[in-house]
Amino acid sequence: MEPILAAAGAGHAVAFYAMAALAVASAVLMMTQRNPVACVLWLVVCFVGLAGLFVTLEAYFLAVIQVLVYAGAIMVLFLFVIMLLNLRPEDLKAVALPRIPLVGVVAALLLLAAVVTVISASRPYFGMSVAGILAEVGPTKDSVRDIGLPLFRDWLLPFEATSILLLAAIVGAVALTKRKV
Amino acid sequence: MGAEFNDYLPVVLTVLLAGGLAVLLLGLSAVVGKKARGAPVRDTPYECGMPILSEAHTRFSVKFYLVAMLFILFDIEVVFLYPFAVVFDDLPASLIFVEMLVFLAILFAGWIFIVKKGVLRWQKEE
Repeated sequence: MEPILAAAGAGHAVAFYAMAALAVASAVLMMTQRNPVACVLWLVVCFVGLAGLFVTLEAYFLAVIQVLVYAGAIMVLFLFVIMLLNLRPEDLKAVALPRIPLVGVVAALLLLAAVVTVISASRPYFGMSVAGILAEVGPTKDSVRDIGLPLFRDWLLPFEATSILLLAAIVGAVALTKRKV
Repeated sequence: MGAEFNDYLPVVLTVLLAGGLAVLLLGLSAVVGKKARGAPVRDTPYECGMPILSEAHTRFSVKFYLVAMLFILFDIEVVFLYPFAVVFDDLPASLIFVEMLVFLAILFAGWIFIVKKGVLRWQKEE
């Protein structure tokens, strides 16, 4: 068992860091593009990298959903919004976003909160290899059941609240686009 | 059961092959192909021999956006059905069944709202 785990662990680590690099690099490229369609396509690459990260962390169900919902459906939505606005290159040059310091401060604080939360939550795993962490957490038996059981047993209220959220989004989308109906 | 990490090796190979082929073909045509210089007509996109009618970048109707948005919302609903079906036998049927029934009922209300508002009607009926 041990040698097999170690060999798998090396592959895991390589794949993990490759996917992490892909996600970060494509996120940076996305932010530095001027053409919004190129932005969206880099975001697709970023989402695929995230899906790859989920695979290396043995969260196969999440990986599939990530590709189906984010890289598929949500990117289509983004493309539609971009085509809806239809900004030509000369329009883009004219757009100079106003620099509001307060917005920057709030965004930086939110980012700080997220980073601190993630780092403090991953404290027990500091200095461990990817394989070591996976061994610590235990093998994934069934990535769908691992999500389904807690979701339908322990997190009833958030699950039901999701449907209210989706309902609000439906009504909101209709209200925004069909004002005169 | 459960998928093995190594099962994803073919996926990686497919991605590498597809990406490699794209890079190879584009690179070959860039290296081998001749550059068109000073020929504005020749540089225009090929539209079955027709003169170009309009730019490819045109404004799209908001109706497409609405359909895409509604699709995503119901897509997310369906995503929840998959783990529901998998764990159905592991939990008391009365609990999980009622739970999903409430979830679907709330979204069904949204669907009735969409139909009543005529959101999916593509053209205005006279």
